[in-house]
Amino acid sequence: MKMNGAQMVCEALIAEGVKTVFGYPGGAIMNVYDEIYKQDGFEHILNRHEQASVHAADGYARATGDVGVAMVTSGPGFTNAVTGLATAYMDSIPMVVISGQVPLSLIGTDGFQEIDAVGISRPCTKHNYLVRELSDLPRILKEAFHIARSGRPGPVLVDIPKDITAEFGDFVYPEEVKIASYKPTIKGNKRQIEKAIDAIVKAKKPLLYIGGGVVLSNASDLVRKIAEMGQIPAVETLMARGVMGHSNPLLQGMLGMHGNYSSNMAMSETDLIISLGARFDDRVTGKLSEFAKYADIIHVDIDPANIGKLVDVDYPIVGDVKEVLDKMIAGLEGRVKPERYSDWREVLERYDNLHPQSYVDTDDVIKPQWVIERMGELVGEQAIITSDVGQHQMWAAQHYPFDRPRQWINSGGLGTMGFGFPAALGAKKAFPDKTVINVTGDGSILMNVQELVTAAEYKIPVINVILNNHFLGMVRQWQTFFYEERYSETDLTFQPNYKALAEACHGIGYDVTTKAEFDAALKDAIEKDKVAFINVQVARFENVLPMVPAAGALYNMMLPKKGDSKKENSGKEAK
Amino acid sequence: MADVRRVISVLVANESSVLSRISGLFAGRGYNIETLTVAPVPDSDLSHVTIATNGNERVLEQITKQLHKLVPVYKVIEHEEMVEKEMVLVKFPIEESLADIEALCGAYNGGIVNVGVSMFIGMVADEPCRVKHFIEAAGRYNPMEIVRGGVVAIER
Repeated sequence: MKMNGAQMVCEALIAEGVKTVFGYPGGAIMNVYDEIYKQDGFEHILNRHEQASVHAADGYARATGDVGVAMVTSGPGFTNAVTGLATAYMDSIPMVVISGQVPLSLIGTDGFQEIDAVGISRPCTKHNYLVRELSDLPRILKEAFHIARSGRPGPVLVDIPKDITAEFGDFVYPEEVKIASYKPTIKGNKRQIEKAIDAIVKAKKPLLYIGGGVVLSNASDLVRKIAEMGQIPAVETLMARGVMGHSNPLLQGMLGMHGNYSSNMAMSETDLIISLGARFDDRVTGKLSEFAKYADIIHVDIDPANIGKLVDVDYPIVGDVKEVLDKMIAGLEGRVKPERYSDWREVLERYDNLHPQSYVDTDDVIKPQWVIERMGELVGEQAIITSDVGQHQMWAAQHYPFDRPRQWINSGGLGTMGFGFPAALGAKKAFPDKTVINVTGDGSILMNVQELVTAAEYKIPVINVILNNHFLGMVRQWQTFFYEERYSETDLTFQPNYKALAEACHGIGYDVTTKAEFDAALKDAIEKDKVAFINVQVARFENVLPMVPAAGALYNMMLPKKGDSKKENSGKEAK
Repeated sequence: MADVRRVISVLVANESSVLSRISGLFAGRGYNIETLTVAPVPDSDLSHVTIATNGNERVLEQITKQLHKLVPVYKVIEHEEMVEKEMVLVKFPIEESLADIEALCGAYNGGIVNVGVSMFIGMVADEPCRVKHFIEAAGRYNPMEIVRGGVVAIER
């Protein structure tokens, strides 16, 4: 069929089953927007900033597992999208971003709104393309979706010059992808898996170390199964919250810099790490030379480059964690003895009783941790929680009772402030019947605050719970601990009237200073079904604890003061 | 872990920006490039990139794996048993002894490749360490310009 390049883009998106595109038009991408106007195969959401478009597509992808799609124009449109690409790249999120480019004849001339998009995005995409001929366009779009979702997923950029979108040609969307140089390893090596099974059977203190790869691979059920059949304790990374389910007694909690005591001690004392889709990030390991000193390591990862990158591995297994676990579970059947690890489980239980995840609650002022717990009680399993980056993110990860994968959406690798609100829009578009709450701070929320307008216009009623401590809280916490309380540029006492700001953008705002007000505000926001800001005044100087100081050993944690824990075991999964 | 030198051959799709993907990977991840040469593979749509690099074992393993992750990369060969050659061109003033320099070049498998009114050019293609020795020896004859090529290697 003859059509122009712009129409080919739309047809390809429809063929890929794309329902929602987030984007922002501009000169170089106008031909495509003209075709978007004429078609009804997918909906386009006009964010008010390209960064938000990419985060929204990212949030959509994280909530569904499908490829998220964003569209931007050349030059500043593209550069605004870079943070979104990098965010998705660091967390391995499948996404296709289409950017306009100046016409081929202008490339290299410093044309209006020209920038080398492929050059800039090379280190923050899984792959990228500059389309140089119309006849390549269908193949490139097909490859882009394939590369984005296969192997270790990631964002792919397709940069399309304006004359290509105007040119007419034959369109046949390929059925299959043939990239001879791209063949991810999916099935794990059988002999390696057998060796790993032997190691698990022989271990005395095995520990499942669960990473975001388990979520990406949709392997949570299998992870729960292997944990259960061997009664093997488990720890989750920030990206894996929800995999085990908060009420699972085998789950120790989250490990790492802000992990709970028993998780970090489990990692320090285990004799066999079973790493599933995790990558030994510095925020997880602490000081490498002190990390898991007594452990052999089984490392299952779809990306061979992750294996042996930071720690030496005894049982490397390259493959999709789902495929590998299938075989591992079959091999462990009848061989793994849960009672063998009972002493180990007891030790960890003792650790947890010694220092449970706790905080000191009070009625004088709202504690941020209380807000998270209260949200868990009020909306719990049925909500999707997104977050920005900072103290609120850690409190949410520590204290919210996550029950399932893809319930928790946050920027872990890149740590992008301003991610949460647009990501919530993406999640809400994917699941309109779920309550979607962005847990944010008074710092982060301003970094994509323009999305109030998007949310109001398209009636995407996400709720932003602002844990407002009038500080750039996480930086302030470091200044308290490590910079002798010199609060350089972290005091946010001067701030907008958040309630009025939400209302000015056709949303709804609440100022909350008491626990009762919070309950009422959340209930009302859910009922009103409008985009909302719930501005909660919380204790100003609350710290995220436990904390492993950067570059310290994982077992050296700064813990909440003992003895004055009025409310024990609060955020910790019930045992 | 001690740093070691290694020569890596990379077979890549001969398409635009593929070299920037490779050099950008080295720059972005802090790997060293000693030399880098690229040329199309005859009768194919591939290019052969030869990179001489150094680093400890963990870094070298990462280099191989990260190169392999690039979508246009077909094959990464870490050479162990290889024949390795490098080329150098040296320009000498015409006043220097043509006979001496020809003998010197000959000792390193090279020769005089061009003679002009005011200068002449010697060429040597040999193993990198021998090329280094040649350049040291040529220093006595007041070379005006020295241009080294990168390493190319082939598995034995």
